[in-house]
Amino acid sequence: MTLAPGKALRFVWGEELAELAKRDPRIVVLDGDLGSSTGAYIFEEAHPDRFFQMGIAEQNLLGAAAGMATVGFVPFVSTFACFSVARALDSIRVLIAQPKLNVKITGGYAGLLASMTGKTHLMWDDVAIMRSMAYMTVVAPADDNEARQAIRAIVDYHGPVYLRLTRSDSPTLFGPDYRFVLGDSVVVREGSDLTVFSTGVHTTRVYEAAELLAADGIDVHLVHVPTIKPLDEEGIVTAARRTGFVVTSEEHTIIGGLGGAVAETLSDRYPVPVKRIGLADTFGESGSDAALLDKYGISSEKTASAIKARFLDWKKNA
Amino acid sequence: MTQQAHLAAPGIAELEDLARQARAHIVRTIAGAHGGHLGGPLSVIDMLIALYFRVLRVRPDEPTWDDRDRLVLSKGHSSIALYTALAMRGYFPIAELRTFDAIDSRLQGHPDMTITPGVDMSSGSLGLGFSAALGIALGAKAAGKGFTTYAILGDGECNEGIVWEAAHVAPRHGIDNLIAIIDHNKLQQFGWRGASATDRLPAYTGTQLVDRWSAFGWRVLEMDGHDMSSILTTLEQARAVRGVPVAIVAHTVKGKGVSFMENDFTWHARVPNPQEAAAALAELEPAGGGGS
Repeated sequence: MTLAPGKALRFVWGEELAELAKRDPRIVVLDGDLGSSTGAYIFEEAHPDRFFQMGIAEQNLLGAAAGMATVGFVPFVSTFACFSVARALDSIRVLIAQPKLNVKITGGYAGLLASMTGKTHLMWDDVAIMRSMAYMTVVAPADDNEARQAIRAIVDYHGPVYLRLTRSDSPTLFGPDYRFVLGDSVVVREGSDLTVFSTGVHTTRVYEAAELLAADGIDVHLVHVPTIKPLDEEGIVTAARRTGFVVTSEEHTIIGGLGGAVAETLSDRYPVPVKRIGLADTFGESGSDAALLDKYGISSEKTASAIKARFLDWKKNA
Repeated sequence: MTQQAHLAAPGIAELEDLARQARAHIVRTIAGAHGGHLGGPLSVIDMLIALYFRVLRVRPDEPTWDDRDRLVLSKGHSSIALYTALAMRGYFPIAELRTFDAIDSRLQGHPDMTITPGVDMSSGSLGLGFSAALGIALGAKAAGKGFTTYAILGDGECNEGIVWEAAHVAPRHGIDNLIAIIDHNKLQQFGWRGASATDRLPAYTGTQLVDRWSAFGWRVLEMDGHDMSSILTTLEQARAVRGVPVAIVAHTVKGKGVSFMENDFTWHARVPNPQEAAAALAELEPAGGGGS
């Protein structure tokens, strides 16, 4: 089953911030000269006096955002994940995380799909880096509906947040009744054979994979984890207990991301077999979205095969 | 209005005496803590005393007052100089300086805005404080607030790329509520090798710092960073500038005030032994002339 098309999260981000800023004068956007890509141009158009072009200089982009937060603003930073997380990491660590300042760090174009840019721009260790940083909250919404609510929630939350966003158009997963709660995981599909945890836009692919597996007689219990830190440990344990076998699937290196977070929690609280699938311990390359998803093994079809292989292997040895 | 009504503005001689007392506190604290920095704190302390006792609009009994002037010590390793000025100005007891660098102390090796009253921004990784100071100034403008933000940088700190990222973008935003003070003491921790291993060359000589800040669109002033009259006059001049940010290149001497520490790079972060500390304090607290 294929999900209905939805809006790319970058545009949702620009639109939602522009909307929220009408009512909340604290919201400002600082751009690292990527506003035409990240969706920040929508905010600039609506609120030119609260849009700050900081040029192609990301260390200062994040540093200046920290300073603005001390004056009472809620700064959102507009740049790609590779530049905020990798290039400006020291600014984030010393000026935002350590003083717990109210800066919302946007990691645009995160993951595998960054418009044929290649390995310099493909950032898929961002969650591992940001998750391991003290005081940081890490959020990766799945679709347009959830992204809008997540943005509202992180404005209401006082403290540093890393918001993982993606470039490409992605499907809509959640209906109008869905309610995002910061820190909660959500059961997307009830199932009885195995538990799969996923996060971000990739959950839409895992959902499609679960439907493919259902046709194959494998009943996936799918849990979406939009807040990777702080992790919904109770939700993780409850879902693992349900089936006794866990797979994590993510558009991120299998080192230290959602898979790492789930494995850490379950090894402490409810040890069951955990298999991590996602992007390998390597860097990326240029290519179309479809070609990249296929080659790097995280398309819906490839994800279904990978989950099935892990499940059958476990059943065989169980 | 440049100072609190309840505080009589100290004159030049009083400021000089406060700075002398501050130097003694610094030496005593570093010797007692068996750690920390000396060279940089001694080069920057006159300016901090002038700022906190004559220039900044602050309320020591209300350190988070919204409209206070901000001061960011971007050269965070000179933290003991900032703590000394804050303590003498009444933010916390002078006796607390004895806890510097100790476990559980509010006075960490590098400034921490989350625990120390009066510290407006955490700093320590060089260049970052200046970037945050730019953000504060930008935020003050956007919020329509009239306070001034002061950032104190080391000359060695100007090696950092982020300094020039921030310097480049400030004039684009019409920033004129930010004053950068560069403590140009002409020595870094180690620096470049000169004629011998003990002859260390600075990153910037002659007018290089002035030229660079000017090239980035800043109004550049120079002052003698140890002369209270020069400091006060130049800061007043800087505050009057409109339309562009101001950088003040403050000519200073690393280790200033202790004869055997002056212009010697090895005193960047060297801890004086008891004899050295006593000799330094004898210079700073002449018989009958002070103590505190």
